[in-house]
Amino acid sequence: MAQMKYFYELTISSSPHAHAPVTTRTIMRDVVIALVPALLGSVYFFGFRALMVVLVSAAACVFFEWAWCKLMKTPSHAYDLSAVVTGVLLAFVCPVTVPYWCIIIGDFFAIILVKQLFGGVGRNIVNPALAARAFMFSWPVIMNTWVKAGFSNAAGLFSTADAVTAATPLAAMHQGQMPDASVMDLFIGNVGGSLGETSAILLLIGFGYLLIRKVVTPRIPLAFLGTVAVLTFLFPLGNDRLLWCAAQLCSGGVMLGALFMATDYVTSPVTKLGQIIFGFGCGVLTVVIRYFGGYNEGVSYAILVMNCCVVLLDRIGRPKKFGAPKKGVAKG
Amino acid sequence: MAFSFFGGIHPKENKWYAENHPVHQFPEPDILVIPMSQHIGAPCQPLVKKGDTVTMGQKIGDNQGLCVPVHAPVSGTVKAVEMRPHTSGTMVLSVVIENDHQDTLCPDITPRTREEADKLTPEELMNIIREAGIVGMGGATFPTHVKLSSGLGKVDTVIVNVSECEPYIVADDRLCQEYPEDVIAGLEIVMKVLGLKEAHIALEDNKPKAKAALEKAMEGKPGILLDILPAKYPQGAEKQLIYAVTGREVPSGGLPAAVGCAVVNSATCKAISDAVYDGMPLIRRIVTVSGDIVMEPKNLMVPIGTSFNELLEAVGHRENPYKVLSGGPMMGAAQYDLAVPVIKGTNAVTILGQKNKFVVDNPKCIRCGKCVEVCPMHLMPVLIYKAMFTGDADEMLAVDLMDCIECGCCAYTCPAGVPLVLGFRAAKQRVRNAQAAAKK
Repeated sequence: MAQMKYFYELTISSSPHAHAPVTTRTIMRDVVIALVPALLGSVYFFGFRALMVVLVSAAACVFFEWAWCKLMKTPSHAYDLSAVVTGVLLAFVCPVTVPYWCIIIGDFFAIILVKQLFGGVGRNIVNPALAARAFMFSWPVIMNTWVKAGFSNAAGLFSTADAVTAATPLAAMHQGQMPDASVMDLFIGNVGGSLGETSAILLLIGFGYLLIRKVVTPRIPLAFLGTVAVLTFLFPLGNDRLLWCAAQLCSGGVMLGALFMATDYVTSPVTKLGQIIFGFGCGVLTVVIRYFGGYNEGVSYAILVMNCCVVLLDRIGRPKKFGAPKKGVAKG
Repeated sequence: MAFSFFGGIHPKENKWYAENHPVHQFPEPDILVIPMSQHIGAPCQPLVKKGDTVTMGQKIGDNQGLCVPVHAPVSGTVKAVEMRPHTSGTMVLSVVIENDHQDTLCPDITPRTREEADKLTPEELMNIIREAGIVGMGGATFPTHVKLSSGLGKVDTVIVNVSECEPYIVADDRLCQEYPEDVIAGLEIVMKVLGLKEAHIALEDNKPKAKAALEKAMEGKPGILLDILPAKYPQGAEKQLIYAVTGREVPSGGLPAAVGCAVVNSATCKAISDAVYDGMPLIRRIVTVSGDIVMEPKNLMVPIGTSFNELLEAVGHRENPYKVLSGGPMMGAAQYDLAVPVIKGTNAVTILGQKNKFVVDNPKCIRCGKCVEVCPMHLMPVLIYKAMFTGDADEMLAVDLMDCIECGCCAYTCPAGVPLVLGFRAAKQRVRNAQAAAKK
């Protein structure tokens, strides 16, 4: 044909032919970056063992993900960094003294049982890190040993025998007393607690990065923290409402939970209304468990319970489509 | 009083490639391929046969029903009437004309003075618009006379669409800068046909030069309002534009006339003006030929029927193209054969390089919800995609699959690279087939 002047190997596909410069991998990378400030804080408060626990946990998660894909002969998603996020988050909710074998078992539980058995990335119903933490409470002594913050008290890299243990602020608050630590200490993170959860300010800085990068919206954290704040302010157990409320917000896993666990894409609603109800539910359950539960922390269980409601919440929150008939207007 | 529609995205505009290049006359090609189907509706029947001589502007195809005629863009000889590749990806009956480069004008074409044009009744005007073969030139190619006649008595607001939200494309922007009087004149004819005193021209805030040119042309015409909308894709989608300008929601499955609106593209306005005052049918249009590997991006006044090959040659490109699109990167159709001709709805030819490749093997949704956040129709693409795999038409209808406008916001945003729009297109076809089978 005279008209065919060129022969190119042209690709044809359905539109759109442009794509945002955002992929699963860049999102997971941003989440890891957002967790770095809190990680540095934990090294400062609890010593280098904190870093070691995080690295071991992340490596184990990636390994289990890779091994599973290999075993099942499915295309590997081990490089999308989602396993790294799970590993880091699981380490963050364990005490710094957790033995390496124990956290590796936790990683196995998170990646294989919670994530892969439900269909892999994007298919799990509950948050893998929190589910694994709940499972690891099969070793209650390990999971309930808290070291005092401060570099001099730091647990050794291989032996945790020297670590100075202490009660966490939450234990005091569970008894209805203000903790020994000041609210400022709680805000900065200079208190006993899980490896990565103690510093509210560093977690907030990391979350700020996620907001700027538009990885997450503030809906769930605002609803979650707002609900906790209002409930603790209205029903204080300490003398000073405001201090009690601030202490509740900055202690335990509330910040880590609200900013990084409840906002986990896979296990949270995708609709606006659903997200707000989800955050609200997490807040209510957290306070109820803290006030009336046998155990002094309720964040992880609150989120796990709400994870199971996601399908329902998305159904409730489904947006009204553009041009849908308006309610209350008679059809003419 | 601009409203902002819900959702939408801000893709890289990439308009700088071509926005400062004035519209050039394209050297008339030797061979032109005029498809008999350049609009939504019944294809035309050819009125010429092999060996006939045709004149510029002569009607060479027409049909009954929802149809507008097509015309010879140049004078010359009919080389063939046969099936040829079309930008839609199918083969379409086309008239192939060999250009004699004489540009002998069809004797039927007679210009009208303003006075003569002013005396025309709305019915006469609509007939002129039909006979000139005018369709929506933004890409939808709906016959304009049908839009106007079906809107008679219902429409109270007419909106000229200059939003041009697709990346790379600047054809309407250039048109409004260089032919603002023609756009306004065409709009006034539309207003006269619909019996309206007021009209809106909607353009995005990234076109200050077009705004200035239109403002100058609008002087002394108080009925025409300029609406500057914040740039966002898909502003130019009919339903979103109507909402952004008037705050009215076109009901699901309904037409703009249901909320008293009609949207006309700026290029269509110019075509109407050309038809009424110059007597010239729609045989040329402005095409932006641009892309990230293009050496000299251009805006060209191209005769309908020019092949994409000629346009590629006119602009040159640095590397072998990855995709050649009829239209822009968000909604354009990728071409496999560059012998396809420019048709009435072709506002751009976009040539993309290899670095635009984005394919994810075995993509997995991570439920990030970004698709829900950007969907301008307030749908939940994540749910639709799940429902698609059930293969059940009722289930797909329940998640409002048919309301999807295929704008591509969800697929553009999806970090997992799930081919959402591709899936929805196929699913819609499946639902239509199921509905057709149920009727039998």
